[in-house]
Amino acid sequence: MKEYDLVVIGGGPAGLAAAAAAHEAGLRDILILERDNELGGILNQCIHNGFGLHTFKEELTGPEYAGRYIEKVEQLGIPYKLNTMVLDLAADKTVTAMNRQDGLFQLHPKAVVLAMGCRERPRGALNIPGCRPAGIFTAGTAQRLVNMEGYLPGRKVVILGSGDIGLIMARRMTLEGAKVQVVAELMPYSGGLKRNIVQCLDDYGIPLKLSHTVIDIQGKKRVEGITLAAVDDKGRPIPGTEEQYDCDTLLLSCGLIPENELSRAAGVELSPVTSGPTVNESLETSIPGVFAAGNVLHVHDLVDYVSEEAGAAGRHAAQYIAAGCTEAAWRTLPVSCQNGVRYTVPSAIRPDAAGETITLRFRVGNVYKNKKIAVYAGDACIFSRKRPVLAPGEMETVQLKTALLKEHPEAAGITVTLEEA
Amino acid sequence: MEKIDLICIGCPLGCPVSVTMENGEVREVTGNTCKRGDAYARKEVTDPTRIVTSTVRVKGGRLAMVSVKTASDIPKGRIFDCVKALQAVELAAPVKIGQVVLPNVAGTGVAVVATKNVPAK
Repeated sequence: MKEYDLVVIGGGPAGLAAAAAAHEAGLRDILILERDNELGGILNQCIHNGFGLHTFKEELTGPEYAGRYIEKVEQLGIPYKLNTMVLDLAADKTVTAMNRQDGLFQLHPKAVVLAMGCRERPRGALNIPGCRPAGIFTAGTAQRLVNMEGYLPGRKVVILGSGDIGLIMARRMTLEGAKVQVVAELMPYSGGLKRNIVQCLDDYGIPLKLSHTVIDIQGKKRVEGITLAAVDDKGRPIPGTEEQYDCDTLLLSCGLIPENELSRAAGVELSPVTSGPTVNESLETSIPGVFAAGNVLHVHDLVDYVSEEAGAAGRHAAQYIAAGCTEAAWRTLPVSCQNGVRYTVPSAIRPDAAGETITLRFRVGNVYKNKKIAVYAGDACIFSRKRPVLAPGEMETVQLKTALLKEHPEAAGITVTLEEA
Repeated sequence: MEKIDLICIGCPLGCPVSVTMENGEVREVTGNTCKRGDAYARKEVTDPTRIVTSTVRVKGGRLAMVSVKTASDIPKGRIFDCVKALQAVELAAPVKIGQVVLPNVAGTGVAVVATKNVPAK
């Protein structure tokens, strides 16, 4: 088997952008491994529009956005293997994979980009009481069935969770003739984008019930109904608020979890907050030469940011290889979070390894109004920006000037926090 | 006088905007905190439009369905007519991105185009 300098695991938006950027940075020996029968990843089933406003300055559908990057990878002549499952990544970066043509094979790249994306939180992780009949789907499974395979998974639908995929599927199934009765959300705010609530629910008169959850599922072979109840501020169902819905389908849109079985087995350090690898400013994990980007690193709201982040990971992987796969013992500053900032990517910064600017991405843990984002190097404020509103559903991005950071050699760490505006 | 309540989708703020209408004309927009909110509200009450995305069947393709969209936005009231018209369409593979699937869908004057390449089997 031919060896490659860089192996990209995953051929979705992150993997495609990482491979293309590594090529543009001068690296030639790149291979993409994809387990599906085509490139493009989850974008292939996201047939709605709204992608690419930042990257291409126009509004594309998911397949069109993927198509642009697939075309780029084809033009650059970057090889890829489809229907190929990566079984193991070892700490020495040995990749073990298999497919029908090559059988079981091993690669020994100099660098790896992790771009495996994420998975939906399934019923088993939600602890919903009740029967276990057919008719319970994650929203993404239903999306694949409707948009790619041409099946309508049900006619009378209830959706639990107001994540964007659930909102999009409420509209999609309504257009295909199903009756979507209600979307219930455990939290007092929606996890989805405002525009999706207006254009997917309000447009079709579908009610959104905040602070509500499913407390029972009925039906032996197929779902026959569910019971909804209001919850208190601790998320506990309030007796007396039960409502009965007759339905044949329950869709779950209750969050996404980065898919890191391979990373974990390789010994990559994972963050308990994001469930993704902890990375430095170069998007490099705890294993030198192993980089991560996209939803495997932390769940994004916009694919444009996935492409941008993955492009950076690809460039850094190319630099790592060009530098002979060695790294200096740079001074490393940990990034800590305060006052509602849940996590940051990266979680450590080496000022001397960074370019002119450092991109920090993070999410907040609640809805905040009239705050300001502040970043400190030690005790010195090096960034601040007013934000009229911050919400858990929307990722925040901060660009730090590396020169400002270097003005504070005494700083032992960086802090990202929310303050009163 | 008629009052219509909307939520602005211009940004994550999601301002609750109220539009006062008289004889089909906008009299007043309140609740918005920027110019974009005003523009959104005026368009939304006088001429609401949407891009519609759906799928149509493909014969002899590597996939059973191909994703499609209206080439530009169509009146919101015609969305269901558009989707219904598409349910009757079946394409033969190969299908190319941008290929016209249905010209002048449901009499809107807007074409529906494919948004994905589906090669033949």
